[in-house]
Parts: sequence; structure tokens; C-alpha cells
Amino acid sequence: MSEFEPKIITFLCNWCSYGAADLAGVSRFQYPPSMRVIRVPCSGRVSPKMILSAFRKGADGVWVSGCHPGDCHYISGNYYARRKFDVLNEMLEYVGIEKGRLHFSWISSAEGVKFAAVAKDVIETVTKLGPAKKFIKKLPEVA
Amino acid sequence: MDAYTDKIKEISKKILSEGKVDVVIGFRKGTLGYMSEPYMAKSEKEAENLVFDCNCRMNLVNYVTNRKDKVGIVVKGCDSRNLVTHIIENKIKREQLYIIGVPCTGLADKKALLDLAEGEITSVEDDNETITIKGDGFEKKVAKSDVLQSNCKTCIKRNPVIFDELAGPEVAELEISDRFADVDEVEKMSADERWNFFGELLSECTRCYACRNACPLCYCPTCFVDESRPQWVGKSDNETDVLTYHFLRAFHDAGRCTDCGACEAACPMDIKMRYFTRKTIKDCVEKYGSEAGMELDKRPALDQYKINDPNEFIK
Repeated sequence: MSEFEPKIITFLCNWCSYGAADLAGVSRFQYPPSMRVIRVPCSGRVSPKMILSAFRKGADGVWVSGCHPGDCHYISGNYYARRKFDVLNEMLEYVGIEKGRLHFSWISSAEGVKFAAVAKDVIETVTKLGPAKKFIKKLPEVA
Repeated sequence: MDAYTDKIKEISKKILSEGKVDVVIGFRKGTLGYMSEPYMAKSEKEAENLVFDCNCRMNLVNYVTNRKDKVGIVVKGCDSRNLVTHIIENKIKREQLYIIGVPCTGLADKKALLDLAEGEITSVEDDNETITIKGDGFEKKVAKSDVLQSNCKTCIKRNPVIFDELAGPEVAELEISDRFADVDEVEKMSADERWNFFGELLSECTRCYACRNACPLCYCPTCFVDESRPQWVGKSDNETDVLTYHFLRAFHDAGRCTDCGACEAACPMDIKMRYFTRKTIKDCVEKYGSEAGMELDKRPALDQYKINDPNEFIK
């Protein structure tokens, strides 16, 4: 139990990245099992509230992945997402969250190899940073 | 400033008597000498109470959201940009509005006035160059530039972008050399220093939501802080909850904030929450070249996209 194993919340878009995760699975590509996948209809569906929620509950890293620009099932969802994520990423760094806790990627459903590679990269980066200490709500939530 | 007041009264009486509007939203003298309060004049007689001075810190666009009647409204340069955003976001129709634009020379910082006073302030007079603070047994004159609100020092649009009538001749726009100096200062710190900086900045916050209620952009029927299923942010004054609140509030304003300063002026604890919103303004200007509320046919930065937007941060 000496080595730190991070918990990473992963948002995958239904049409591309989730398919890529599936392909990586059936192709038996190896990557560490440190992430929990949440399937979303589109990367544009991922709200900053969801990402902050993950950090508030103690996630060591968050990774959001969607279709390549131009390939969105809903035509433009990932274009809007790109602007949103860019501003969010800057803001999180601005308040003092370490660079490398939040990751984004475009992975198509044919790129099982890229999925495994990015997964490995994300997990390695977060492991190096160590356990998250900032933005965690330690007290119980009361309504 | 008296000239502005007279002109605003004159225009308001005219449009009220002609039946062009049902109400004029403006300012009147507050009960405290250094505050002016929002006022709705519904008759020519009531229009006599309208004023404009360096204490008109509130953003009146907050009061036109979803109105069904015809409204006259007094707007400064920054407020007029919020009005544009409101029209774009279908919160009010242009036809419903009669806009009285005020070419603005800046507002006086509430705290700066209080620090200068040697007792209770009974009146603050402003002639666009000097401000005279009067109170119990004292009278002080200061240059207006010395007590300006910090957002007025970096103002990019002092003249209204949209108006039906102006309350005075247009003023010269400011020449700003280093618009985002305060944000750059914070960005230079290390991650831990920034974390501590914001912890310190928000340590006094009591979560009264005055900043949210003062903001014309915050018009959601249910604010995320009031949602309970799912609950995105706790209700306590715990530091994580406070940071989550300010962080998300700023993010909701990203690409829409005009830096009017109503949030800071409304804060009873003098928290500088514009450090958050200004970061979003800086990003939207630098990354997308988008300034909020400058044109009626340009949607906010996060509500549009370009094929070649920055992509380097994505694997």
C-alpha cells in the first residue's frame, strides 16, 4: 500500500470517447485501473459544476474526453465545450489548483490505442502530483 | 453633475408625460450621504426626485429583467453594455426601452470616501473634477481621480453604447496602458501562493449573496446555490463552499461581465470578488477577442465558437 493510487473521474462522450474506451477494452490494451468512467451524451454536456463537484468530493484528477472538432454527433457541441473548458481550465489554475489535475482530449471511437495512451499519461501525471489537498469539502453536506 | 441631473429630470418628465414609458428607472438621493439608491419614477412629480452623481454605483439593468411594460432607464457606459447583453439574451426588447445614456466620468469608491471622512458624511458633491465631502463639522475636497472605484480606472467604455438620448455631451474615453495589471500580478504567483491569496481574499465572506443580487447577469430562475438536488455547493461559510460559490458565479458571468463593479460596491465586507470576474474578461479578450455587450448582433464569448479556437490545451 506504499504507492499512491489516484482516483480520477472521467467524463466520456457517448459517441466517440466512450466507444474508444470500449475498443481499448476489447482490444486488450493495458492501462492502470485508476479511473471511474461517467458516460455523458456529449462533451458539451459537461458543466463546470460537475468538474468542481468531483474535486469537492476528493477526486485527485478529472479527465474530459469528446469527439474531434468537426466530428461532434450534435454538430457543434464540442466547439462550445472547447471555449468553456479553456476558460474553466485557466480559472482553476488561477485559484491555485495545480496544473495537471484537469485534462481534456479528443478521441474518436476508432482510436483505442490513443485512448490507452492518454489514459496512461493522465494517470501518470496525477500520480506524480500526489493526493489532492485543495478544493475538497471535508465537512458533511447539509441542505 | 447637476447638469446631468437636470437633463435626466427633463427627459424623464417629457417621456412620462408623452406616455412613451410607464416608468423611469433611475437614482435618487439615498438616506446616507455617500449612497444613491435605485428609484422608479412613475409620474412627472416623482421624476423630480431623480439624481445622478458619483454615488450611483448600482447597475439599474438589474431592474429591467423580464419586464413587460415600457421602461425608461438611466444607464452609464458599463450599464448600457449590460443592457445590450439583456437584449441579446431576450430578457427585454429594445422597443420596450427608452434609454437615457449618461456619459460617465467614473464613480467614487465608497470605502475611500469613508476613509477620508472625519465623521458622518451628510453629502458628497461631484463636479466631474473634484469631489467635496461634507459632514458634521468638516468639509474636504479631493480630486475625483484619487477616489475612483477601481473598475472605473480601467473602464473601456465611458459613453453608452446604446441610447435614445444622452444626458450630456460625450466624454473622452480613457487611455489605459495596462488594463489587467491586477490579474497579471496574481498570475505571477506560484500555485500555492495563489491558493492562499484567494483563501485570504474570501475569508470575510458571509455568503449574503449581495454580489449576486446586485448583478444584472444573475437572473436564473433558480440559482445554482439554491439547488438542492443535486446540491452543487454547500450552504455553509466553509472555505471550500465560499470558493465554489465565487468561482462558479464568476464562471457564469464569463464572456458577459462588463466590469460595472456593482458586485464590489454592494459587498458589505469589501471583498474584491472582481479578481475572479476580471480573469474571465481577460481570457475572453485575449483568447477570443470578445468584449461583452459592445454590439447588438454579437453573442457572448462562450455562446459562440470559431473552428480555429485555441486547441493546445487539449490532448
